[in-house]
Amino acid sequence: MRSRTFLLEIVMIAVAVAFLFPVYALVTLSLKSPDQISQTPLSLPNPPTTANFTEAWSAAALGPSLMNSTLITVASLIALIALGSFAAYFLARTATRLGYGLYILFLLGIVLPFQLGMIPLYELVSDLGLIGTHAGMIIFYTGVQMPFTIFLYTGFIRALPREYASAAQIDGASHLTAFTKVVFPLLRPITGTVLILNAVFIWNDFFTPLLYLGGSGFETIPVSVFAFVGQYVSDYGLVFAGLVLGALPIVVVFLVLQKYVIKGFSSGLKG
Amino acid sequence: MTLTTQPPVETPPAVRARRARRAASFSPSWWFAVPALLVYAGVVLYPSIVGVFYAFTDWSGIGEGKSFVGLANFRAILGDEQVMGSLGNTLLLTVAILVVQNGVGLLLALGVHAKLKSRTLLRVIFFSPVVVSPVMVAFLWKYVYTPDPSAGLNGLLGLDIDWLGDPSVALWSIAGMVVWQYAGYSMVIFLAGLEGVPKELHEAAMIDGAGTLQRFRYVTWPLLAPALTINLMLSTIGGLKLFDQVFAATNGGPGYATETLSTVLYKQAFVYGKFGYSTAIALVLALFVAAVSLVQIYYLRSREVAQ
Repeated sequence: MRSRTFLLEIVMIAVAVAFLFPVYALVTLSLKSPDQISQTPLSLPNPPTTANFTEAWSAAALGPSLMNSTLITVASLIALIALGSFAAYFLARTATRLGYGLYILFLLGIVLPFQLGMIPLYELVSDLGLIGTHAGMIIFYTGVQMPFTIFLYTGFIRALPREYASAAQIDGASHLTAFTKVVFPLLRPITGTVLILNAVFIWNDFFTPLLYLGGSGFETIPVSVFAFVGQYVSDYGLVFAGLVLGALPIVVVFLVLQKYVIKGFSSGLKG
Repeated sequence: MTLTTQPPVETPPAVRARRARRAASFSPSWWFAVPALLVYAGVVLYPSIVGVFYAFTDWSGIGEGKSFVGLANFRAILGDEQVMGSLGNTLLLTVAILVVQNGVGLLLALGVHAKLKSRTLLRVIFFSPVVVSPVMVAFLWKYVYTPDPSAGLNGLLGLDIDWLGDPSVALWSIAGMVVWQYAGYSMVIFLAGLEGVPKELHEAAMIDGAGTLQRFRYVTWPLLAPALTINLMLSTIGGLKLFDQVFAATNGGPGYATETLSTVLYKQAFVYGKFGYSTAIALVLALFVAAVSLVQIYYLRSREVAQ
């Protein structure tokens, strides 16, 4: 039995090494000069150079993009968690037909591809003067991720005993106080899941920011990297240094919080 | 010691009424949902409804007039080689991703579910591409798929294949990079399912003489049904909507070989300015996504109940 586990371990490690080949190519190429890339594309960089990184950082405008991505992601997450948990509290606790209909209406948004409303929404955003602004993106993500957020919160709140909030209300707390002081803290596990899943989606989203922020100077990381790669397409060392830098923030956050991130991705969709 | 029996206190009607009001008011009121509904309606519902309307017009650019053309856009779709080709590509890609991603995901999950010393590290490695932007993964794979026989995947395997430039290969190459990125996602969902299988069931089956394969077939597999449902839903919907990877790696080429519904409707809108036509394609996509989701939910739920 033990030798079989050992054999499996060897096989899995071999699989992981093969799986990491693209990452090996990414890191080694980013550390090579153009000559090394064309002559010895697969070997380790000898000697390694960091020139690509300093050039990519400024050429891809990664500093400002990092700020834009962070601002848009954080603000959208706050709005999603506040409005989503609030609405889900009503949807989970109500027994009225209105409440049920409303819940179904929200769920519809999970299935609806955003492309259907893509052009009318572009008109609307443009009429409101929100093209090329952070606010436009934050409102967009709050609306587009609301169905999924409400789905997660509602399922969780339904499994939560009503008595906590009722007890607070008997003691004279208002709905609002009962929710913010008693119910919301109990939602912490699902708030973590909502946070992680939405953060990864918003941080990496590409199409809408390309449409709304392209050329505005407020680009998020994926849009900046896209433009950067388009410009330096044949210079692989530089391009790959840009990719490494662009992916680094979220990869670092993932490695630090890996336990929670994996848990969020694997548990959040039970339903 | 004397016991004084007091007469039962009558609750005054005013107090009773107040209590009843309070009991009813323990349920939060409808206005809790209003802020979320407003944003959702503005960003998703209203534009989608207008989108359905646009799908039946010939609108061709902001500022231009639009007139109702009935089903003309949908008839045009049926005769449009590019769109019909992209529909075929989208379905092929979806099926390929669905099968391979979930197959690989399940094998990885079974592998790292065992008591390996490196299990945590392996999980982190296989899952890590999930958190990276699909556009960046596509650019990375664009190099891995370089036609240069001495570099990338060709150099590693000693092959000479134009992965993204050969029209008969390109679509499968796209599927390959999507599977590489998301197999770890399927893996963690299967893992959660595997962790929910009670050890006692395996022990009981072992005592009854069941081998590894038999235990998988009769104990593990039926209990993985919920995880399978979620995985199939996620990979199908993801496959049908696939855009970023194709847009970054091939932009639909060579020719129309890797065009998907999402890339075609993007081009119809933002390259050719055919907004009505583009939205009609989006409506077709929406119907596919909705139909597939409904069928899957229905079929897989019944399977869960049956077992």
